[in-house]
Amino acid sequence: MPSTSPSRPRTPHDDGIGARVAAIWRIEAPKLIGALVRMLRDVGLAEDLAQDALVAALERWPSSGVPDNPGAWLMTTAKHRAIDRLRRERLHHEQAAALTLALETQLQDAQRAPDAGEPALPTADTMDDDLLRLMFIACHPVLTPEARAALTLRLLGGLSTDEIARAFLVPEATMAQRIVRAKRTLGEARVAFELPDAAGLAARLDSVLAVLYLIFNEGYAATAGDDALRPALCDEALRLGRILAALAPRAAEVHGLVALMELQASRLRARTAPDGAPILLMDQDRRRWDRLLIGRGLAALAMADSLAGGQPGPYALQAAIAACHARAPEADRTDWARIVQHYDALLASAPSPVVALNRAVAVSMAHGPAAGLAALTPLLAEPALAGYPWLASAHGDLLSRLGRHHEAQAAFEQAAMLTRNRREQAFLRQRAQASAAAASR
Amino acid sequence: MRVMIILKADAHSESGVMPDEQLLTDMGRYNEELVKAGVMLAGEGLHPSAKGVRVHFSGRQRTVTDGPFAETKELIAGFWLWQVRSMAEAIEWVKRCPNPMIGDSEIEIRPVYEMSDFGDAMTPALREQETRLRAQLDANA
Repeated sequence: MPSTSPSRPRTPHDDGIGARVAAIWRIEAPKLIGALVRMLRDVGLAEDLAQDALVAALERWPSSGVPDNPGAWLMTTAKHRAIDRLRRERLHHEQAAALTLALETQLQDAQRAPDAGEPALPTADTMDDDLLRLMFIACHPVLTPEARAALTLRLLGGLSTDEIARAFLVPEATMAQRIVRAKRTLGEARVAFELPDAAGLAARLDSVLAVLYLIFNEGYAATAGDDALRPALCDEALRLGRILAALAPRAAEVHGLVALMELQASRLRARTAPDGAPILLMDQDRRRWDRLLIGRGLAALAMADSLAGGQPGPYALQAAIAACHARAPEADRTDWARIVQHYDALLASAPSPVVALNRAVAVSMAHGPAAGLAALTPLLAEPALAGYPWLASAHGDLLSRLGRHHEAQAAFEQAAMLTRNRREQAFLRQRAQASAAAASR
Repeated sequence: MRVMIILKADAHSESGVMPDEQLLTDMGRYNEELVKAGVMLAGEGLHPSAKGVRVHFSGRQRTVTDGPFAETKELIAGFWLWQVRSMAEAIEWVKRCPNPMIGDSEIEIRPVYEMSDFGDAMTPALREQETRLRAQLDANA
């Protein structure tokens, strides 16, 4: 044995029972809440009971030790609390009585056969359905997108209200109110707790995907000095995406979104300079890209493509564009012609002026600045892009590459006026001056 | 955070005894659970060290030694790469692993270095790199 000092067995105090309970909670919370929602058909109540079980664990486990099967312990405790509460409230008399009886029977069965695996826990299939149902409810269309993201992180990510508030840069009270209101809205809207049928599934999945991508982008937008919880949102969204891909393995766009997030996350550590300044894609040191995530992203994209039957959705198309960059060993070996094709398909399936602008830039890279300008010019009349600094900036860049320096100067000056970011402003003014100098030569 | 989960060998795994059907089933279920929790990034099982080779470094010299190797307890029988939120979470997941070996064995958890562990040391070249605006490629690609 090479080790110099014998290692000491860990004691429960090593990183505190608190850290252990927190870790267990984040593993078990979604399963626990998912099962309670199935039984009680009330998200607010299910979450309250799960929280009660957590509080009980925090009280008991420091002295009793953590049970061998903490998930089952939490579930049993939550069921006992459910019975107490149902007895006390007696709101819907008959339903409550039937539910109480069902819960009591379950608890008795669990007590009678304590060795039969995990008696208090649902089977794997039921658990999958529980989690999927929970995702659908948290991302229900009756809620605002912000509320969907908050509820998803709370119910499926096991994050506390305070953590979610810090991640989204809002005061805790605001976030607490948002979550309370979301749960109330779900109750008032009497949302269905059954899993949607095949026809409804796609639309509901779309909503979940949009929420996961919203969470991911919030993390992606984090800057140096932000609370560490903000960039961690990328990990959280990726984790939930991977879970969803395991729960709905036949849904092409789920794999498409996972591919997109894996590929974007692969560049996270290459896209910021030590001083916090952003490094754009074409200037990044590609050796710093995360090969493991690129490999996973390309695999997920292949899965999405094989399931889509030649009709890739918007996430898979964006992932395909990201994959073109990931595959290029150097920036100037990027397959821009292929990227343009993907943008064409993306514009056809999900038209957007911003996508059209990106397509114009890709066209300029593939076929030269004149072709790019021809693609960009119609967008100058697009009202949705009127205040968009990147349009003016891209316009200036193409004009400058064509030697039309006077016009380029005007475009850069306009872009500088439109952006509020000082760093960008300084850069755009510099480009305007360079164009002016070139024009006077 | 990313952690490597290192499964240590025992005399049985080193002699090439394959896990029985029960263990394979249990491990399969456990792996599925890891995937469904979004924890699993990668993982492989390794042949016994008898099929392995070591390359010893000393100054400019390289010496190749064929397996098997002694000190069974320090040998590796397999590994996983996981994405977890804390060491505490990694420990909770490892505890749920079915006992992977016939004899006594160990699983080691090691955090993978992250960017922040290196500070600025690795990035001097990046400082000089000019940040240029090329439409919004990075945001949308």
